[in-house]
Amino acid sequence: MEHKNINVKLKVWRQRNSNDKGSFETYDANNISTEMSFLEMFDVLNEELIRDGKDPIAFDHDCREGICGMCSMYINGRPHGPWHANTTCQLHMRAFNDGDTIVVEPWRAKAFPVIKDLMVDRTAFDRIIQAGGYVSVNTGNAVDGNSIPIEKDKADASFAAAMCIGCGACVAACKNSSAMLFTSAKVAHLALLPQGDPERKSRVVNMIAQMDKEGFGACTNTGACEAVCPKEISISNIARLNMEYTSACLTSDK
Amino acid sequence: MTWKQMFTSSVGKKLVMGLTGLFLITFLIVHAGINACIFADLPIFNPEDNGAMFNKAAHFMGSTVLIRIMEIGLFAGIVLHIIQGYMLEAQNRSSRGTAYAKSMGNDGSKWYSRSMGLLGTLILLFLILHLSHFWVPARFTHEGLEPAMYNGVVMHDMFNLMKITFSELWVVVAYVIGCFSLFWHLMHGFLSAFRTLGLSNKRYLLLLNTIGIGYSIIISVLFALMPIGIYLKWVE
Repeated sequence: MEHKNINVKLKVWRQRNSNDKGSFETYDANNISTEMSFLEMFDVLNEELIRDGKDPIAFDHDCREGICGMCSMYINGRPHGPWHANTTCQLHMRAFNDGDTIVVEPWRAKAFPVIKDLMVDRTAFDRIIQAGGYVSVNTGNAVDGNSIPIEKDKADASFAAAMCIGCGACVAACKNSSAMLFTSAKVAHLALLPQGDPERKSRVVNMIAQMDKEGFGACTNTGACEAVCPKEISISNIARLNMEYTSACLTSDK
Repeated sequence: MTWKQMFTSSVGKKLVMGLTGLFLITFLIVHAGINACIFADLPIFNPEDNGAMFNKAAHFMGSTVLIRIMEIGLFAGIVLHIIQGYMLEAQNRSSRGTAYAKSMGNDGSKWYSRSMGLLGTLILLFLILHLSHFWVPARFTHEGLEPAMYNGVVMHDMFNLMKITFSELWVVVAYVIGCFSLFWHLMHGFLSAFRTLGLSNKRYLLLLNTIGIGYSIIISVLFALMPIGIYLKWVE
């Protein structure tokens, strides 16, 4: 692909803290290489802001190779930008044309309060995981990997669900700000494996209770979450979660 | 896990929506089937019918104890579906906080799947009109209802009431809008209900998606054809 430099206009959400009202500010990002990643473009812009004695734009990032789930920008009306199955850090400036105006917003959900500018507090996801998204094991010698036979299809489905990096794009895209795709990926990942079976019922019940406590909306099966997921987590996990939850509720003793 | 905990959770609330939705979907089959009896009068069937088949069917529905008991269940289902729907809509809307400056629009989801509250409200408005046109006179006021005699039994001439009601154009237009809203509501609701109940097998989802589309088209078109057919005097 041909390399060139482009000029773009950025409309970025600026918000000092969670109590601040926040508003959009417009910036010019000039002479940006199309080979740059979207975050590198922000790095260049921030260098300029710092040089001018202004407050740089705060945004989340970590691995910058699409696997950690830290980057979280809502770009031109879509979480992680225009590319399919992609994270913001892997979005490159060749996705845009010279002279484009790019609107950048933080994830919007009450359960994800803005910390500063484009950074949001996603610890609600951590608390959902803490409520049951794990397998309790006694420490001891590591068990041989092949000692528990697992059906290939189930292992594959479980692995596909385990791909979730917890970035929160599903919440950002959902009209209800629902965390069902995230929670369902974590529930399905463990429910499909024999290791997850003993805590299967308590896990799903506790995780849903925590999800509701955090203030996420309910799922209305619109499919927007699946469409923007950088790891292509399937919406069928949500149906699996519904089944897990219903059967756990109906078969509980209390 | 108490019943209360189950049905007040977000998944439990959706479960209520799905179950009542499927119950109402089943009811619509019965309703559309009985009302379609008016088409017995079409020239290709029996032009001498004059609504007799429909009147007899309506009489059966109104005079059978078991069906009257089921009617209470039906209303309970409708009311639950409406109240729970509005409560979920309010809860879901409030979970966003600040709105996006640029929305995703149809990128990733269908407009009707995002508009179930609006479509449901249109159906509710239609339902109020519809109940006042037919259900209230048939059960309570008997206004505009002539007696009709079949096999020595006196029945309400519901067919005649339909003819009177659908002689006005605005009523026909309102009913068609109601059917249109119902179509889009069902297009999302049918499959969504099964997903909510936990159906994740691709094989069945594909099958039910096809059935859902077919069902939505057949039911809505069949219902819409009733006011249109009477207004255009296809049946009389």
